[in-house]
Amino acid sequence: MADPVSKTSAVERVNLTVDGRAVSVPKGWNLIQAARKAGFHVPHYCYHEKLSVGGNCRMCLVEVGLPRMGPDRKPVLKADGTPEIGWLPRPQIGCATQAGEGMSVRLNSQLVKECRRSVLEFLLINHPLDCPICDQAGECKLQEYAFQYGGGESRFVEEKERKPKKVELGPRVTLDDERCILCTRCVRFCREIARDDVLGIFNRGSHSYISCYPGRKLENNYSLNTVDLCPVGALTSTDFRFKMRVWFLKETSSLCASCARGCNITVGSREGVVHRFKPRCNDAVNSHWMCDEGRLNYKWINDERRLKKPLIRASGSAKWDEALAAARDALVRNRGRVAILASGQCSCEELFLLKKLAETYGAVVKLAPAHEGPGDNLLVETDKTPNMNGVRLMGFEAGREVGAKLSDAMAKGEVAALVAVRECAVAAGVDAGALKKMDAILAIDVLPSPTVEMASVVLPGAAHVEKTGTFINFQRRLQRFHPAFAPPGEARTDLWILGQLPGGDSKPLDYEKVFNRMCGETPAFQALPWEPLTEKGVEVEW
Amino acid sequence: MAIITPRPQLTLAERLYLPAIVSGMWLTIRHFFVNLLGLKKKFTLEYPDEKCPPPPGCRGAPTLVRDEDGREKCVACQLCEFVCPPRAIRVTPEALPPGSRHAKIEKRPAAFEINMLRCIYCGFCQEVCPEEAIFLREKTILTGASRRELVHDKQRLLALGGSRPDSVKKWKDK
Ligand code: SF4
Ligand code: SF4
Ligand code: SF4
Ligand code: FES
Repeated sequence: MADPVSKTSAVERVNLTVDGRAVSVPKGWNLIQAARKAGFHVPHYCYHEKLSVGGNCRMCLVEVGLPRMGPDRKPVLKADGTPEIGWLPRPQIGCATQAGEGMSVRLNSQLVKECRRSVLEFLLINHPLDCPICDQAGECKLQEYAFQYGGGESRFVEEKERKPKKVELGPRVTLDDERCILCTRCVRFCREIARDDVLGIFNRGSHSYISCYPGRKLENNYSLNTVDLCPVGALTSTDFRFKMRVWFLKETSSLCASCARGCNITVGSREGVVHRFKPRCNDAVNSHWMCDEGRLNYKWINDERRLKKPLIRASGSAKWDEALAAARDALVRNRGRVAILASGQCSCEELFLLKKLAETYGAVVKLAPAHEGPGDNLLVETDKTPNMNGVRLMGFEAGREVGAKLSDAMAKGEVAALVAVRECAVAAGVDAGALKKMDAILAIDVLPSPTVEMASVVLPGAAHVEKTGTFINFQRRLQRFHPAFAPPGEARTDLWILGQLPGGDSKPLDYEKVFNRMCGETPAFQALPWEPLTEKGVEVEW
Repeated sequence: MAIITPRPQLTLAERLYLPAIVSGMWLTIRHFFVNLLGLKKKFTLEYPDEKCPPPPGCRGAPTLVRDEDGREKCVACQLCEFVCPPRAIRVTPEALPPGSRHAKIEKRPAAFEINMLRCIYCGFCQEVCPEEAIFLREKTILTGASRRELVHDKQRLLALGGSRPDSVKKWKDK
């Protein structure tokens, strides 16, 4: 029966057989994609689904056959009724061969296996074999394919080609030309995606090497994506270089919190120390990329100065139960005269609990200052907080003037207690002298700030990589992040702290329950599932 | 099925005990005098003044070695840290300073610690090392006044390891 609303019926499809498995793919797909659809992996270096086809590494060679045509232009059928296949005498590169109707592909024939072995042998003749000092070791396609498809032995007795090593292509990328296999992924990325055409191949034959055009540098804000793209260890991140071997890194799905796009990332951490951020593919948000600025904005998480203990300034006590009791006292004492300064760094769940807190203690104002900066037309947004949409959705007033608003309310004497979560009131434009006159300042934060210095109660919170929650990005896509490790010292997740402030049942907090409660009470989130949110997020409407 | 073993029938001499006691005493006294007069090789050692020489292939404490030019062979690849079953090894890598004699090797351990209270002398680290930089050497007896003392740092490991000529010379023409 025809499906009238099926979107796929609009696209022309072709049927082919990959290693005996029949698949139907949209017209225009190449054989690597078709094989993936059939459940097979075709080894490849230069092909990348988001870049133009280079077709130069020859790793993806496969055997291709087409139905043999009779004189009547009809396929010749075998005795069993299946069409007879005429195999092309030469292997074809899968990345530049489009899937065709009736095509047959062999991925594991003797010829294909020998092609792969020989291609690897050629790629390795000038390779320096310095895996022990190469940062890519452990996630290197050259290592992986050499192991899976290679010959295992070198027959090369001649002198190896010497090329430049440890070349600084720009402030963030270091190149080792000896390791490069000249796949040109980096060149194509700069040209096609970053639109900053600075890389090229110089010289000829086995003397070819990658470099920047004379007088240019690889310094655009997307330069580190070339490091991810490089299938070998030729391009390495100067920041991550020699920091940690990749096999020690625990990988956690998270989000970049440096702007409103909320690029999907993988956090690489070991024993509570973040070593790197890497983009995680999400076509609806960031494709395979992220900006360098967001990628390198992790050092504050490892900072020595992170707040690790609660503090009651008056008594100097550093016990959680006492600090929480003092915070509750201050809120009860100033009921009806509370101001809340939230942040676009807070998760939706935290903002939801903050909203509840505001209702419980009769908050006068609920504000969140804007943080703005330059954007671009690829990924970077001008809004530098990951959850400003969440802030607005939860009924907080966001903008540049929140400092003035708060100062006003304070001047009128409407506010006697301030709850500042991940924001500094002084930085938002409130006069420090006026703040000092407040009855109580409760600061939930991760790093010291003027407000934290002044706060009567300091409650150390968690960075986004240390907790779970959701952000709504500028496209109104609700995305979830996961904890890589626990907050440092005695610091707790902000959600736990906020859960303690009104009632104080010190039961371990169930994130899913808070999320479901939030969904129940927020019309935009009606009936959102928690688990499926894990991977790509969902768009919400309001 | 039970198997019943009959008791041996003792002769009169055996039943008297005395001959057996005397012959036992004689054996002991003989050994006493043979050892006292040094008539035969002794099997015991005057430990701790004398120590047992390690047999060939003995796996003692893991150590770091230098090559014949005094270059630290370890390049901080951290494979030993990965393979070590009790997680006794901790390597902190760093880039070699640009002016260094071996700058072309690019990488070295800034710190290298082996916790000898954890090490089980399995030799995996020696086996996995692609640079032939870590060897289990003869030192088998380790004592210390504190736990900290038994965590060998890089200096200690290099001192214990000494040097071993390099057969491969893989960094020579880098
Ligand atoms: S540097 Fe890496 S990405 Fe660029 S051509 Fe060489 S191997 Fe390919
Ligand atoms: S000998 Fe075994 S236990 Fe000891 S450091 Fe080496 S790998 Fe670890
Ligand atoms: S395996 Fe060898 S080269 Fe690598 S860190 Fe250990 S001792 Fe150093
Ligand atoms: S992936 Fe097809 S030639 Fe490189």
